[in-house]
Amino acid sequence: MTDSFYDAANAASPIATDGDGFTLHTDDHRAMREVREHYEQPQAACIEALKIVQKRHGWVPDGAIAAIAETLGVGPASVEGVATFYSLIFRQPVGRHVILLCDSSSCFLTGFDALSDALSQRLGIGFGETTADNRFTLLPACCLGACDRGPAMMIGDDTFGPIAPDDLDELLEAYP
Amino acid sequence: MATIHVDGNAYDVDGSNNLLHACLSLGLDIPYFCWHPAMGSVGACRQCAVKQYKDENDTQGKIVMSCMTPAADNSWIAIDDADARDFRARVVEWLMTYHPHDCPVCAEGGHCHLQDMTVMTGHTQRRYRFTKRTHRNQYLGPFIAHEMNRCINCYRCVRFYNDYAGGTDLGVFGMNNNLYFGRHEEGTLESPFAGNLTEVCPTGVFTDKTHTRHYTRKWDLQYAPSVCHQCAVGCNTSPGERYGSVRRIENRYNGELNGYFLCDRGRFGYDYVNRDDRPRQPEWRSETQSEWHDTDAGVTLLDVDPALDRGADLLRSTRRIIGIGSPRASLESNHQLMALVGKDNFSTGIAAAEQACLERMAEIDADGVLTTPTPREIESHDAVLVLGEDLMHSAARLALSVRQAALGRRDALAEERDIPVWNAEAVKTLAQDSYHPLYIAYPTATGLDDISASHLRLAPDDIARLGFAIAHELDTDAPAVPELDATTRTHASAVADTLLAAERPLVISGGSLASTAILDATASIARALGRKRANRREKRGGLLLIRREANSTGLGLMGGQPLEWALDAVTHGHADALVVLENDLFDRLPEAAVEKALDATRALIVLDHQRTRTWQRATLGLPAASFAETDGTLVNLEGRAQRFYQVYDPRYLHPECRIHPSWRWLDTLRTSLERQPQDALTFEQAMDDCARAHPALGGMLSAADTADLPAGIELARMPHRYSGRTSMRANIAVSELRVPEDPDTPFIFSMEGYSGFDRPRQNVPFAWAPGWNSPQAWNKFTDVVGGHLQGGDPGARVAGASGPALGDYPAADAIPATFTPRNDHWQLWVLPRLFGGEATSARAEAVVERIEAPALGLGEHDAQALQATDGTTLTLDAGGLQRRLALRVDTSLPGGIVTLPAGVFPEAASGRWVQLRKEEG
Amino acid sequence: MTAIPANSRLRYKSQLRQSDDERHENTHPLTWRLHDDGARIGLDEYQQKNGYVGAQNALNMDPADVIDAMKTANVRGRGGGGFSAGVKWSLTQVGDNLPRGYVVCNADEMEPGTFKDRLLMEQQPHLLIEGMIIAGHANRSKYGYIFLRGEYVDAARSLALAIEEAREAGLLGGSVAGSGFDFDIALHTGAGRYICGEETALINSLEGKRANPRAKPPFPGQSGAWGKPTVVNNVETLCNAPAVMQHGADWYQGLSGSLSNDGGTKLYGVSGLVQRPGLWELPIGTTGWDILERAGGMREGHTLKTWLPGGGSTGFLLPEHLELALDFDTVGQYGSRLGTGLLTVVSHRQSLIALLRNLEQFFARESCGWCTPCRDGLPWATKLLQAIEHGEGRPGDIELLQEHAKNIGPGLTFCAHAPGAAMPLESAIRHFRADFEAGIAASHNVVGNNTVGNKEVS
Ligand SMILES: Cc1cc2nc3c(=O)[nH]c(=O)nc-3n(C[C@H](O)[C@H](O)[C@H](O)COP(=O)(O)O)c2cc1C
Ligand code: SF4
Ligand code: FES
Repeated sequence: MTDSFYDAANAASPIATDGDGFTLHTDDHRAMREVREHYEQPQAACIEALKIVQKRHGWVPDGAIAAIAETLGVGPASVEGVATFYSLIFRQPVGRHVILLCDSSSCFLTGFDALSDALSQRLGIGFGETTADNRFTLLPACCLGACDRGPAMMIGDDTFGPIAPDDLDELLEAYP
Repeated sequence: MATIHVDGNAYDVDGSNNLLHACLSLGLDIPYFCWHPAMGSVGACRQCAVKQYKDENDTQGKIVMSCMTPAADNSWIAIDDADARDFRARVVEWLMTYHPHDCPVCAEGGHCHLQDMTVMTGHTQRRYRFTKRTHRNQYLGPFIAHEMNRCINCYRCVRFYNDYAGGTDLGVFGMNNNLYFGRHEEGTLESPFAGNLTEVCPTGVFTDKTHTRHYTRKWDLQYAPSVCHQCAVGCNTSPGERYGSVRRIENRYNGELNGYFLCDRGRFGYDYVNRDDRPRQPEWRSETQSEWHDTDAGVTLLDVDPALDRGADLLRSTRRIIGIGSPRASLESNHQLMALVGKDNFSTGIAAAEQACLERMAEIDADGVLTTPTPREIESHDAVLVLGEDLMHSAARLALSVRQAALGRRDALAEERDIPVWNAEAVKTLAQDSYHPLYIAYPTATGLDDISASHLRLAPDDIARLGFAIAHELDTDAPAVPELDATTRTHASAVADTLLAAERPLVISGGSLASTAILDATASIARALGRKRANRREKRGGLLLIRREANSTGLGLMGGQPLEWALDAVTHGHADALVVLENDLFDRLPEAAVEKALDATRALIVLDHQRTRTWQRATLGLPAASFAETDGTLVNLEGRAQRFYQVYDPRYLHPECRIHPSWRWLDTLRTSLERQPQDALTFEQAMDDCARAHPALGGMLSAADTADLPAGIELARMPHRYSGRTSMRANIAVSELRVPEDPDTPFIFSMEGYSGFDRPRQNVPFAWAPGWNSPQAWNKFTDVVGGHLQGGDPGARVAGASGPALGDYPAADAIPATFTPRNDHWQLWVLPRLFGGEATSARAEAVVERIEAPALGLGEHDAQALQATDGTTLTLDAGGLQRRLALRVDTSLPGGIVTLPAGVFPEAASGRWVQLRKEEG
Repeated sequence: MTAIPANSRLRYKSQLRQSDDERHENTHPLTWRLHDDGARIGLDEYQQKNGYVGAQNALNMDPADVIDAMKTANVRGRGGGGFSAGVKWSLTQVGDNLPRGYVVCNADEMEPGTFKDRLLMEQQPHLLIEGMIIAGHANRSKYGYIFLRGEYVDAARSLALAIEEAREAGLLGGSVAGSGFDFDIALHTGAGRYICGEETALINSLEGKRANPRAKPPFPGQSGAWGKPTVVNNVETLCNAPAVMQHGADWYQGLSGSLSNDGGTKLYGVSGLVQRPGLWELPIGTTGWDILERAGGMREGHTLKTWLPGGGSTGFLLPEHLELALDFDTVGQYGSRLGTGLLTVVSHRQSLIALLRNLEQFFARESCGWCTPCRDGLPWATKLLQAIEHGEGRPGDIELLQEHAKNIGPGLTFCAHAPGAAMPLESAIRHFRADFEAGIAASHNVVGNNTVGNKEVS
């Protein structure tokens, strides 16, 4: 009698997918399975799993979708459905530093346009683009909860505000 | 029951429904998109808005979504309310903001739900003046075309594909108004039910690619009520024909059977009817191969009368004629063959091993301890055991039904928490992954494992042992299984407990593994369940046995000798003539045996609509009508006799062709042979003859319902907008030809007949109602939406379990010994497969693209032992007959077993021990 | 390259505009423990300052009494809806045959103009944990989740540490504080998207799904996360529970005195072109004047044109409305909502049309894409506003916008997101129609003009 009577999702083999040659790091695989324990169902770990991949690679490569699906035992389309829904999951390569520029109302009223123009000009890119040297990706963000000091922005994990166009030199220089 | 007041009128409706469902069932029109009768409400599209009032004195009211509002007693609503009307018009206007308005080049045009709703809501003017966003489309395989720009984001596709059908490779991506419904990566849609997207999608995002290759608008197609011939489930279909070829297959609603959905083999497997190489005239193959050279070497094309003359002469010159029937031909055709050759000379054309299973199944059914459920009834069982079947391959539509049975747990939970079962997302989130228990035992992974409580991958003998063990756990009077290991016992007792505790247990088994031991075990379980639940009467449980082909059950009831018997008879000189009906013998038995028999045959007459290997050996080949060109009756696996109707007359546009129904060929051949006067046999007579000759099939006559129509009114095969009927033959003759006679059915090859929905009838060629051109029009033909056809669902049960007989258990010696792998030998099992596992659909162009390269399946350890990996070429040696095939390592397979997909190598019979060798180098 | 120092003026730091000596235990239940320098309060300090006393009291009470106290105190939902927390807790289905469910803290703060919850989480995380323990006990929940927006990195660190501290101290986990009640909390960080703040979308997101809202009924209290009874409350709402449990419902009710029927205090704030934008804990029912005054009034050269009382999804109010008591019922009577209670002020020198376009663009972009009016109506409204903003509006556009505002309103859409977008749109046209008319170019209606614009608005 084979022992597969109960679901086989427990097989813990390291996942490698061909496709674009993506390989899921064993640490990440383990981390995902740990996160899974926080919830009633494996699907719940999906967002965190995407973040885990993103932390290592900067973005979520195509092959990661299947790898996460397999690790969590959920369908690949549902993983991709989640990955493409959320604004902080990047399904395209991004620069070393992601700039989230708040474009919501309070920042809009306190200098967003000027800051956005200055930033675009300085980096030579618009929203959704990455600088040629792969250093910055510029993205708009929902209200960053820094409205009392708008216009605000985040670079990586750091929040700044208020930022005048003149501050940009000092600010960007800190992110090589 | 509840009374609801709609636009001032009071109606009695089912209060457990929502208002949309209730109103549509009353025949009232409310536009909608995201709702679907089989999938419930999600309230996404907001199209079904109506005004609801607190009571009769409320003049204000407020807009509600009818699909999300219970049809509670004493509800007061207005569909025809200015605010509601205006809001509904705005909803369509919004949906159309990004629609490309490309109806002229859209394959959905003419049967498009979006078009219908746009007209219904009165959105006639485009006010949106800004740019539309556009999407790129995906290649989704040979069946389905993708045009995302037409999407109105109703979410029906993903809800059907994932929630209803259990798919995992279609999804919704992105958010806001930048949604994308497609695959996570370009490629073939994996679900065998993907084809339903073409009907589930209310617009032209997912359309039938096989149809677009020879596209015709719905109103220009000629239809007849048909029955799918591609497996034994017998789903009801509406084939549409134009210019003498079948252009597409649509679902034909049958409330007891397929409901709204088909499988892809049935929907896309029709194209064999249109093959260029189809025999269209009688072919005479001279023995000397030199007399006539009209076409192929030695082949002469004949007209009907000379063909019959020669056929009769040929048969007259022989001593004994054996008739080989076919489980893919109608009862009427098989019966006419039997009438020609005599009962004692009739073979079913089915190989002995399969026939043994069919006979065993017929016995078990006749025993009737448990009742055979209809496919709709399958959905209401709350515990299911599947022994030795992978329904996804052997009876795909039923896999969908079993899935609904497992999902039924959600409804039960929802009801406990006062959540109406139509509140689809709420029901889904409440229950999450709770399913009714489904147990599966099969040699490898099956398409329903994902929702099974447990699935065992066992050698067939061990499946039988498990079955016997379950029976014994249910009732200790059932024979105990010798040397039963502890694990199997534990599993068996868990399954037995579940089956006993369930409200409505269901056991499914069948002949897919060609194992009578498994069937004996099934019989044992049925009996044990019947005894233990004797006091529950109709709730004892259900039993469903899977047969392979469209008329396997019917032939089983008709009786006849197995195919080996027929071949033996000619091989050993007991007979010298064979008449083969719609059957390719090379598909069924080893080539050598067939060759030997045919070599010994002096006269071989073959009737078929396909140019098979057997056809190519025929002295006389008679071109038979396919399902689309004739009428007939089939008995499906639940014992339901169903009639399919001729869609078109192939000779109308191609007068040169000499295609006739097999039953008519055979009758005229017989009268020629007997030198009787030739009186063209009508279908009615053929049916009567058959029913009279086979009492077991007596019920088949009621499969042919006629609508209650005034005298002189016929039923239209064409929608009344059909164009060009009077001129489409102008290239042949300028005079307008009369519509071809149809002596056999109440249908006319014309639009000049009845096609409405107000007179209840069962056999509806196509669904159309004013304002409803899409498949949603079926809602007008049902008693309540999602219920049964107003005239009753088509078909009549002639067999299937029903009685209360309680006989004896199979003898203990029916229990096989534990499967033990052998050194250097593997037990071979031929597994059914959806695409490629059935002879005719495997000849359809689109299906050919879906057939996977055949491979041998071997467990991981066995593969290692052979030092073989995926793709390694192995030689399969089946008693001297060798075949080289690639290996596919199947991690699910137990050791000692090798599998082969059906339809690859007839030499390889299930259960046989074979050797495997790795090719050197 | 020089890293930006921690104390750089460029770095954003969440800060209260009230100093130590203004804040007292008996008047400022949410903030009295905070330090002027914004230093985080760890477990020791929190406990020294009466931390977890409220939870201890609650754990000794019958859950029904805890709920009664919350009802009497009239703690209304600070996430913007203003629904009574006590009433919500009483609707959670509990019973023998029902599974124990969840308490979910809505820490997805993304409402434009709102920056209050982060202060509490960064500087006083134990207050939230204590509130969740109380809610968990009252609702017999088995587990709690803090659904924190992904961008709040500092809050995540602070909370994660606090959960660890609390667990070590036996305040979370098996038998909380020896009470026999098992309850633990996990921190769940989001991946963006405003709609995750909608409580049922939040539950879907917690389950790792696309954040489409769910149909109501069934309400989360009936069938929430994984189908279990679930309570979703805002950070600030939960942070009010400890004081209610410590000092009693009447004391809490009394904090707002005669200003309002709603109980307690509120974190009010101001953003926009004022002298001193910021946050204050004030009795609920404080007037807009009072708050704007604390913010030092408008900046030099600016006068107040209009203001949003509590985020982007509230309706525009006029300067005369500043005298209203800012509580849930009062503001609701003037075609707006209290929302989050953080004011956004607009100067006469700023374009209302541009601001409205910015807001609608936000709502269009953040639409989850589930229902038609929101998904397809908001982009159209945005494009109309953009046309008007550029002087390319056409006669009829204002009426078309009004039609949109009406047809994306409450009850017509699947969730409250689109109605949230309808409110500023409707109120702006009502108050400032002339601003719109100025953007309509009459010449556009001439036959022969290109009828299809070619400017894509994303
Ligand atoms: C589009 C939308 C966004 C929301 N965002 C938030 C949010 O970020 N934080 C929050 O606490 N509540 C938000 N809410 C309100 C929640 O749905 C819910 O009412 C609240 O979390 C309940 O908590 P409370 O009763 O404590 O306020 C939002 C509602 C909507 C419709
Ligand atoms: S109103 Fe509709 S589309 Fe908009 S966020 Fe809510 S459910 Fe989604
Ligand atoms: S059918 Fe009711 S909202 Fe879509």
